[in-house]
Amino acid sequence: MGLNISLERMRYLKQYFNNRPPTDVELQMIAQTWSEHCFHNVFKGDVVTDDGSVVRSLLKTYIMRATRELNKKWCISVFEDNAGIVDFDKGYAVAAKVETHNHPSAVEPFGGAATGVGGVIRDILGVWGEPIALTDVLCFGPLETRYEELPPGVKHPRYIYRGVIAGIGSYGNNMGIPTVSGAIIFDKAYTGNVVVYCGCIGILPKDAYVKDTKENDFAVLAGGRTGRDGIHGVTFASAELTEEAEELRSAVQIPNPIVEERLRRAILRIRDGRLASGITDLGGGGLSCAAGEMAHRSNLGVDVDLDKVFLKAPDMAPWETWISESQERMLLSVPENNLERVLEIFSEEDVEASVVGRFIKSGRIRVFTKRRVVCDLDLNFLFNPPKVTSKARTPRLPPAVINIAEPRDLAEEILELLSDPNIRSKEDVIRTYDHEVRGCTVVKPLHGEEAGPSDASVIKPLKDSWMGVVVSCGVNPFCPDPYWMAAASIEEAIRNNVAVGGRRIAILDNFVWGSPEDENNMGTLLKAVEACYDFSKALDAPFISGKDSLYNESPLGSVRSTLLITGIGVIPDVRRAVTLSLKNKDDSVYVIGLTREELRGSAYLRLKGKDGGEVPKIEAKLSRMITGSLIKAIDEKLVLSCHDLSEGGLGVAAAEMVIATRNLGIKIDLRKVPSEVSRSDYLLFSESASRFIVEVNKDGSRRFEEIFSGLPFSRIGEVVNSKTGLSIADLNGRVHTLSMSEIKKAWRGY
Amino acid sequence: MDPGKARACVLRTGGTNCDLETQIALEELGVRTEIVHMNQLEKKRLSDYQLIVFPGGFSYGDYVRAGAVWGKSVLAKLRLELEKFIEEEKLILGICNGFQVLAEAGILPGDGVSETPSIALANNSSAKYECRWVWIRVENNETPFTMTMKRGEVLRIPIGHAEGRFLTRSEEALEELKRNRQIVFRYVLPNGDDANGLYPYNPNGSTHDIAGICSKKGNVMGMMPHPERAFFGWQLPEWGESPPEKGDGRKVFESIVNRLKHL
Repeated sequence: MGLNISLERMRYLKQYFNNRPPTDVELQMIAQTWSEHCFHNVFKGDVVTDDGSVVRSLLKTYIMRATRELNKKWCISVFEDNAGIVDFDKGYAVAAKVETHNHPSAVEPFGGAATGVGGVIRDILGVWGEPIALTDVLCFGPLETRYEELPPGVKHPRYIYRGVIAGIGSYGNNMGIPTVSGAIIFDKAYTGNVVVYCGCIGILPKDAYVKDTKENDFAVLAGGRTGRDGIHGVTFASAELTEEAEELRSAVQIPNPIVEERLRRAILRIRDGRLASGITDLGGGGLSCAAGEMAHRSNLGVDVDLDKVFLKAPDMAPWETWISESQERMLLSVPENNLERVLEIFSEEDVEASVVGRFIKSGRIRVFTKRRVVCDLDLNFLFNPPKVTSKARTPRLPPAVINIAEPRDLAEEILELLSDPNIRSKEDVIRTYDHEVRGCTVVKPLHGEEAGPSDASVIKPLKDSWMGVVVSCGVNPFCPDPYWMAAASIEEAIRNNVAVGGRRIAILDNFVWGSPEDENNMGTLLKAVEACYDFSKALDAPFISGKDSLYNESPLGSVRSTLLITGIGVIPDVRRAVTLSLKNKDDSVYVIGLTREELRGSAYLRLKGKDGGEVPKIEAKLSRMITGSLIKAIDEKLVLSCHDLSEGGLGVAAAEMVIATRNLGIKIDLRKVPSEVSRSDYLLFSESASRFIVEVNKDGSRRFEEIFSGLPFSRIGEVVNSKTGLSIADLNGRVHTLSMSEIKKAWRGY
Repeated sequence: MDPGKARACVLRTGGTNCDLETQIALEELGVRTEIVHMNQLEKKRLSDYQLIVFPGGFSYGDYVRAGAVWGKSVLAKLRLELEKFIEEEKLILGICNGFQVLAEAGILPGDGVSETPSIALANNSSAKYECRWVWIRVENNETPFTMTMKRGEVLRIPIGHAEGRFLTRSEEALEELKRNRQIVFRYVLPNGDDANGLYPYNPNGSTHDIAGICSKKGNVMGMMPHPERAFFGWQLPEWGESPPEKGDGRKVFESIVNRLKHL
């Protein structure tokens, strides 16, 4: 039956059903609800470490605790609904959610990725939000992988890459929601396990956030029809990918964005009329999970009649209808008085809707078909499965010494880094996503006359408010120390946000890990989660939503452990947003922050095929003082352009500013950079955290330096005319120059 | 007519998605603008409006061909009303998917409805969706949509489409467009010189770099670029130290308002 329920839980079920056999509908529903994908057993369960201590719930002990202790008034709803919600302006709130859709994308890249986008959009609709922006972060195997290297059942990275990108573009573009932020990462460790993160941001009037299903309200199922596509999506997602995964293609849903577009219109009209008492999307587990969760949330029960569900195929078995994950469906609870109007709105928007059930006091979920009861379960039983215990082995990172000769020509190294697949321009992908639709995109993913890579995007969601939403991400899977990897991802998401002027930053976590049954995976997961608590707290950025995707295993082994942190900040006036393109000749160029010899996991060492040295560490206090001062300088209009230092360090960041600019270049002197580094190449390519490169007007320099006094910063050069491109004096005073055209050619590939 | 009394109708159907920002642009200039779903038209009359906009989006998912299904449904439902509307020299603007609809319905380049369209908007030469800012040059400033612009003026404006390659049925059809001065906008280099098909300045491979055309009388215009996305200065992709107040796309709407005064 493809239940994917453990033996232990099977025994527990046997006890529960002691005097009758369960029906197939019941068993299937239990399997979906208790799956790792839906219930997050590992994050909610116990973890026993190798020193014998027990952590009760990673989620509560670390991630939610940080949010609780930070106790921000502007957090409206965290970790309890389809999406996290924070306060915005003029009575509005911003909702955000990020999901993964890895397994489906590995099997059917186009449909898998497209339905990933569709699903996360419905998460926003599921909190009554109007979707205003999409994000996507994608990790693939190297595109030049040879076919001979691929075991059976693993599709070629290029096939997956093309399909995923087309899928994401088609859904977002068709829905008319701009795709504004993201990243693409290539690494061998993703060849068997593609990673597809899809995020959505929405806006809603605060008082429209209604989740108050009452007894006797009707359950209205609206949107696409229910079919055999997407059967067992969640149980499939909670298992390892094997050679036979191809046979599970039917677990991947079929995308139809036009249906969701109409659905969105109808939902927003129903919201604006305050006509429904509750809403949730149909995602993992389909109708079974949506109906159960909605009833359970309001301490009610629900009776559902499967014969009322519109079907794609007439001969579907009741259990198939009940758990199908067909796309573009939402479930609403509607008071009797409003039912007629709600159905009318659906009809006006060409959306099929059907009253499939009614909420009652029972506390049970009952499913009928042809007047027979085919499922009758206690909701408290259903939502309290036996706890899972995992074992964690503390990871140890063996120390290593970096062993590379100092290159003579730094210019050559910069060019090589700029053309590295993980750094070079993603323009050919970004332009296939509409990032301008809705006319609200202020800072674009590619900004400046010459379209350089922005640190974060800025959206202006309300016509009558200058306030903007700032969207950024931090992802750093190459750092080999899981604790500092997580810390760096959080700090990077914040840093990127601040670089354009974002503040009051909320963050979202998305873990993609290998099987939790492997103690090493649990060991690294535990470290990463510890860092999430430590740095969310220390950097004053609460988590508002998150999701974990475990069991990312393929015939090629575990996925590279990847944590995506999405940052959602605000900027009081979008006209003050700072971009990375250079503005005026002769302006001063500063570096803020301290550069240390922290190259382990860096783009530079990876390029050299080496490992060693120290991983970048974060001094939270310093980081907060730097970002706080930078915001101050931005608000005083002192900062004319700004870019964060991340992959490829100072060398790549300075080059990217030149790339974004038509007629100006940068001249810098490494001897002036605040640092503890004695080699020019290490200084130029170190990936120490909490650093920015900033352009400041001559007149503003004094005030700027005043703001940063006491912090590590230095004027390292100036903006020059474009004849120079990028000019770098190294620690010995030798000057390395790159022309504008060679920089652009290396980065763009043309 | 006082533009405050003029009424505009932004039509939509399932898959339309640029209606709201188009409405915002028109209302910003004082035109009362309603977004009307095709399903609501039984209760509304097109004759109540002076301007109809077919906005951008993916009507009917762009299945078959971009704009094909909506184009046919417009004809089936609204043909007579639209013909009258056009004859009265009221204004119709098609943006992006709206342009595709006008082409598929045979409303452009003719002055009424043509059974055999002589133009098409085919798949981009790059064979993919393209979202980018381009430069377009005003070729004809004597239309209601360009009357506040100078001839030869260059506008900075974004496009976002997969099917925008303007084609004519024949060389002769192109010559006719030229002869009738129906070519309104052409893609150009940043300095205003002809793009001559050069990618990405001509982003889709359009014949003769054509970005927008009008009917012979000029009261119907279709354009692939999105003026509503270049309406405010803060929408521009680069603004130095702070954004200007206005974007170039506003000029299209300002021209419309100017014309509505004389209707």
